[in-house]
Amino acid sequence: MRNLRQLVTDFGWPRIIIFLFLVLLFLGAPFVRVRIDASIADVLNRFGQNGVFVLAMVPMIQSGCGLNFGLSFGIIAGLLGATLSMQFGWHGFLGFFGAIALAAPFAVLLGWLYGKLLNKVKGEEMTIAMYVGFAGVMFMCIMWLLLPYTSPNMVWGYAGKGLRTTITVEGYWLRILNDFLAIRVGEFFVIPTGLLLFVGLCAALMWLFLRTKTGTAMTAVGSNPIYARASGISVDRMRTISVILSTVLGAVGILVYEQSFGFIQLYTAPLTMPLAAVAAILIGGASINKASMLNVVVGAFLFQGLLTMTPSVINSALQTDMSEVIRIIVSNGMILYALTRKTKAAS
Amino acid sequence: MSGKRSLGRFFTEYAVVIIFLVITLASIKPSGLSLVYIVQEMLIRLGRNSFLVLALLLPIYAGMGLNFGMTLGAMAGQIGLIFAINWNISGVQGLAFAALLGMPISLLMGWVCGAVLNRAKGREMVTGYILAYFINGIYQFIVLYLMGSVIPITSPAILLSRGYGIRNTLNLEGVRQSLDKLLLLRLGPFALPMATYMVIALLCLFIIWFRRSKLGQDMRAVGHDMAVAGMSGIAVDQTRIVAIIISTVLACFGQIIFLQNMGNLATYNAHDQTSFFAVAAILVGGASVKKATIPNVIIGVMLLHSLFVVSPLAGQKLFGSAMIGEYFRSFIGYGVIALSLVLYAWRSRRETERARESLRGAAAGGAPRGE
Repeated sequence: MRNLRQLVTDFGWPRIIIFLFLVLLFLGAPFVRVRIDASIADVLNRFGQNGVFVLAMVPMIQSGCGLNFGLSFGIIAGLLGATLSMQFGWHGFLGFFGAIALAAPFAVLLGWLYGKLLNKVKGEEMTIAMYVGFAGVMFMCIMWLLLPYTSPNMVWGYAGKGLRTTITVEGYWLRILNDFLAIRVGEFFVIPTGLLLFVGLCAALMWLFLRTKTGTAMTAVGSNPIYARASGISVDRMRTISVILSTVLGAVGILVYEQSFGFIQLYTAPLTMPLAAVAAILIGGASINKASMLNVVVGAFLFQGLLTMTPSVINSALQTDMSEVIRIIVSNGMILYALTRKTKAAS
Repeated sequence: MSGKRSLGRFFTEYAVVIIFLVITLASIKPSGLSLVYIVQEMLIRLGRNSFLVLALLLPIYAGMGLNFGMTLGAMAGQIGLIFAINWNISGVQGLAFAALLGMPISLLMGWVCGAVLNRAKGREMVTGYILAYFINGIYQFIVLYLMGSVIPITSPAILLSRGYGIRNTLNLEGVRQSLDKLLLLRLGPFALPMATYMVIALLCLFIIWFRRSKLGQDMRAVGHDMAVAGMSGIAVDQTRIVAIIISTVLACFGQIIFLQNMGNLATYNAHDQTSFFAVAAILVGGASVKKATIPNVIIGVMLLHSLFVVSPLAGQKLFGSAMIGEYFRSFIGYGVIALSLVLYAWRSRRETERARESLRGAAAGGAPRGE
């Protein structure tokens, strides 16, 4: 009995409630004529679409920088990569991986600067990250209008300059990962093999990295910076590495998201994206100073499951669209829960 | 040497204000706006926004940083206004009614917010920010689904055509500028909303009085050092909750004043930017996370809003796109908040390091972490 209670406390009530709610949605789906197979395919798809974003949270949580509310910098790098790749007219795998290659230097540079900044403001990382991220996004809004892009598929038709708010990647690298080795099981059920493989590969690399010398040092910095420093680890360097890593993953994440979603969303779209990733990893069981691959997978699956299932099931049942409200309450409720939990590591 | 140092200190202390002043002055000319127009806009916006910004002061005294949770109070004020419109109470009475109805809601919200922030000591700001998002979800649930179905709404004009839920935009015809026009003083080319200014002045007096009261002293003691305050017998958690409750109630009134001036209510978005504008204003006025005064508020509102008036037109003239001006002012707003938070965190870290330096040998520790 005590064990069970311990297990429940460890897992956390919000997570259990969300899990049960999701199960309930799946059970209820057939009654409101929502196809289970299509729903599962949808969840799988969106799981892959957002998986890398959620993964991007891990390094900074591990190194003690907290939740990366400034993931927007990674997203900005990714958007630069995506638009440049399209500007060069690269298609297919070249287009997608070319975009990653083009985004990487931006991500490393932005991550490095952002990491340096966070090292100067230890203890206030999260609020500052959020606002620096916002400012970065707004700055890029101006840049999207001014940068000399010329590809007719990307700029406003009548002005001939300034990037459009949404740009379709159709004809470039639409669903390039999703359709790679995709397995069609039924009319409504396709397994996006390539996408899942890619996310799996990223997660595996992260898992391996956390077990290397650098990875362990990073975790040590996060769990006890004083001890880490005493054993000769450069705290600031480890933190910077974690921020760079997170930013690069954010860049890859937005590209994975775009190839599946079909559109590049510019301007103010990246403002709220970090919050979704933050909410997902917290739903997966991470705290603000500890995260694992299991948290990533569980979190991305639960969160995306919820986002997929609530509109279809609740809307069919109630004939109204409550999904947005539920999304706001659940995702922010989850972040709030994590921020207010008295963690053992703290104080 | 020391003169140079104090000059340097002055620049870091007021970096935000100086940068801001330079940008604003530089954009006045390209905007092509007349000085009379800008001053008039400023007078209007001073009345519209000051109350909301003043609501931020108490939590800063209590050491809780910038109260991003003030949005909760703004939402309470909007609920009050919705009912004032519903029952068709117009004029200043309508505003008073909205304030009376919003008050108990904002009291409750303030208590919730204070209790939540007490569980997140050391990261109040980000928690308040997320709390505002969370309560926004609940607000939407109430206003979009419960009003008209569970909560009786008598006026069908403010309901969505499906029969429940409030319309996206409400016309505040009945209460529009009723406070501003109560005592409008014409002074040459300018119109001054004296009644609004008086309300703001009253609030300033209240804050000055409050700072000197026993509770206000306790609050500042808590803000200075929670542990010391606790040891000297101050109920720390309670004092912090009181600071947030007062701030939330003031934000409720502030939002009502703001909206009566605007003249219409974007039911689901009006509160989105409330804390952003208020926080940006107080920081532009030279306040920091730990220290803020009434002059900071007034200067901040004037500076921030003068830029907001000129930047879209300056953007249009300089880059041929008004959007650039719009983006630019958001960028500046967020950037100012980020910059002041960074400067503050950086400075306080340097001070702790300096303090450690003087204790060197006694305790060699690692880098300080916020915990």
